[in-house]
Amino acid sequence: MEKPPILSIRNLTKNFGGLVAVDNVDLDIYPGEVLALLGDNGAGKSTLIKCVSGVHSHNSGSITFQGEEVRFSSPIDARNRGIETIYQDLALANNLDVASNVFLGREKEKKYLGGLVRSLDDEFMRDCSAEALKSLHVELPSLRSPIETLSGGQRQAVAIARAVYWDAGLMIMDEPTNNLGVPEQKKVLELINTLRERGVPVILISHNLPDVFAVADRLAVMHRGRKVTEKKISETNSEEVVQYMVGALDDTRETEMAG
Amino acid sequence: MGSSDKSASKGSGKSASQVLILSLMQVWAWVFLACLVLIFIVAVPIISGSSVSFLSVRNSQNILVAITPVLLLGLGQTFVIISGGIDLSVGWVMSFASVISALALRAAYDSGLPLWIAVLAGLITAIIGCGAIGLFNGVIIAKLKVPPFIVTLGTSFIVRGMALLMSENTTVIGLPSGVRDYGNESLMYYIRGEGGGMYFFTKPEVTVDLLRKMDRIITYPVLMTALVVAIAIYVLRRTKFGRYTYAIGGNQVAATRAGVPVESHIIKLYVLASVTAGIAGFLSMLRFTAGSAVIGDPLLLSSIAAVIIGGVSLFGGSGSIVGTVIGALIIAVLTTGLVMLNVPSFWQFIVVGAVVILAVLIDQTRDIIKAKIGTG
Ligand SMILES: Nc1ncnc2c1ncn2[C@@H]1O[C@H](COP(=O)(O)OP(=O)(O)O)[C@@H](O)[C@H]1O
Ligand SMILES: [Mg+2]
Repeated sequence: MEKPPILSIRNLTKNFGGLVAVDNVDLDIYPGEVLALLGDNGAGKSTLIKCVSGVHSHNSGSITFQGEEVRFSSPIDARNRGIETIYQDLALANNLDVASNVFLGREKEKKYLGGLVRSLDDEFMRDCSAEALKSLHVELPSLRSPIETLSGGQRQAVAIARAVYWDAGLMIMDEPTNNLGVPEQKKVLELINTLRERGVPVILISHNLPDVFAVADRLAVMHRGRKVTEKKISETNSEEVVQYMVGALDDTRETEMAG
Repeated sequence: MGSSDKSASKGSGKSASQVLILSLMQVWAWVFLACLVLIFIVAVPIISGSSVSFLSVRNSQNILVAITPVLLLGLGQTFVIISGGIDLSVGWVMSFASVISALALRAAYDSGLPLWIAVLAGLITAIIGCGAIGLFNGVIIAKLKVPPFIVTLGTSFIVRGMALLMSENTTVIGLPSGVRDYGNESLMYYIRGEGGGMYFFTKPEVTVDLLRKMDRIITYPVLMTALVVAIAIYVLRRTKFGRYTYAIGGNQVAATRAGVPVESHIIKLYVLASVTAGIAGFLSMLRFTAGSAVIGDPLLLSSIAAVIIGGVSLFGGSGSIVGTVIGALIIAVLTTGLVMLNVPSFWQFIVVGAVVILAVLIDQTRDIIKAKIGTG
C-alpha cells in the first residue's frame, strides 16, 4: 500500500577505529513523513545521519536514495542530490548575512566580458532568500546583517530556508531545537510541519519527547549504535520510548529470545 | 511570529547615545586619521617654525610612496587573516622578489632585450618565484594541516636564506639606469612658483632651479599599488573568492559542508599573499634601482599593524581592504608627522605600538557593547 521509500538504509555500519558507532542499522523513510530518530547521547544518531549526508563514508551496508544506491564523497555531493542537513554543530557561517548563507557554496554570479569578470549577484540572492523565508512565514529583522545578530531559532529558520530554496528531497535535522527558548522551539516545530505539508520528508533527531510526539509520524530508537525499535507515533508513548532509549526494551533482543 | 516582535524589543533597547558611540567606534579609524592629519597640519608649521605644510603636494606624495610596500604586504595579509590564517613570510618574500627581479631584469637587459621587456621579465620572475613560495605555504597549511603561523615562520627563514644566497649577501646593482624612471617617474608633475605649473604624463624639460621645486604626483609604483588595491577591494567584496574567504574565516566546517572548496581556496590565499609581497619587492627594486635582500623584513610587522588597525580580526571572519588602507595611512601619517615635528624616531615605534593596542581595544569594546545591546 505504501509508496517506495525515499531513502533506504540497509545493514549500515560505521566504525571509528575499534568503536562501532553505527551497528548494522536498517531504516526507511517515506515521502512526506517526519521520522524521529531518538537515542541517548552517544547512541550513534549523528554518525548515522552524517553517513547519509556525505560527512562520513560508511564501512559497510548500503544507502539507497530515490531508488539509486549512493555513496557521497562529500556533503556538497549529498546536497547536490537533494539531501539537505542541519547539523547539530550548526552549519552556518555566522559572520555572513542570510543570503550569503542560503547560497554558500552555490553562489549566483553575474558575468561580464564573456565570463572573464564575475561578480556576485547579491540582489538576486537576497530576493530569493527573502522569498524562501516568506514562504515559511519567517520574518527576520534584517537580511543584510551577519546572522550572528539573529537568535538561535532565527538561524535555524535560515538553515531551513536554505533547504527549501534548494528544493530538498530529504531534510535531515540534528537536534534543531537544542539550546532554543520555548517560543523558538515552537517556531521550529511549525517549520517542520510546513516542510511536511510541502511533501518534504524529514528525519528529525531530538532528545525532546514532547517535540517528537508533536510533529513526528514515526520514530526509530537507537541504542549503542543499533536500532532497537521503530514505531508509529500512534502506537507508542513516552514511557515506552524511554524504556527503549535506556536499553531496557530492545526489539532485536526479543526476537532473538523468541527465536 | 515570535521572531519579529522579539527584534522589535531589541531595537528599543538601544538608546540614541549607545547608537552614536557604536557608530563612532565603527568608523573610529577614519576619525582618528582625520584628527591626526588636522593635528599635524596645525602643529607642523608652529613647532618647526617654518612655512612647511603637512599636506603639501610633496609631503602627501612622500606619504603615498612610503606606504606602497606596507600596503601591498598588508593586502594579501588581509585576505589571509580574514580566512583565519596568518602569513609571517611576506617580509622576506618581498626581499626575495626584490633580489630575483633585479637579477632577471639585469640578465634580460644584458642579453640585449629592450628595457621595457627586461622590466616585464623582472615582474614576471617576481610573481612566479613568489607564487611558488605561496604555493608551498598553502599546500602545507591546507593539505598537511600544519598551523599557518608555524609554516610561514619556517618559510620566512628559508626564503631569507634564499634571498641572501641569490644576492650573494650584497645589494644587486648594475641595473640599467632607465629603471630609475619606472620606479620614480609619475603621471603628473607639479612645479611650484613662477614658471611652474602642472604637467601631465611627460616630465617637463626645465631649468635645474625649477627642477628643485618639482614634485611628482602619483609615481608609477603608487599607480600600480592603487590598481592592485582597487582589484583587491573588488575581489574581496564582490566575488565568490572574497565570499569564500569570509566564510572560511567564519566557520571552516560550515564552509566545507556547504561545498566551499576550502583546501584549494586556502592554497590560493597564500599564493595571493606571496604574490602581492612579490609585487612590493619588484616595485621597491624599481624605486631604488637595486635588488636588496633586507628591504622587506622590517615591513612585515608594520603591515600586520596596518591590517589590525584597519579592523581585521585576528580570529578571522571580518575586516576589509579599505580598513587596511586606512591602517597603513595612519601609520604613515603618524611617522611622517612625527619626523616633521623633529620627534626622535624611537617615539614613532612607541606611538605605532600604542595605536595597534588601542585599535584592538576599541574593536573589542565595540563587540562587547554590540553583544550587550543584542541580547538585552
Ligand atoms: N568523528 C568521530 N571520531 C571518533 N569517534 C566519534 C566521532 N563522532 C562520533 N564518535 C563517537 O561515536 C559514538 C556515537 O556518537 P554520535 O553519533 O555523535 O552520537 P549521538 O549523536 O547519538 O549522541 C560516540 O561514542 C562518539 O564518541
Ligand atoms: Mg548527536
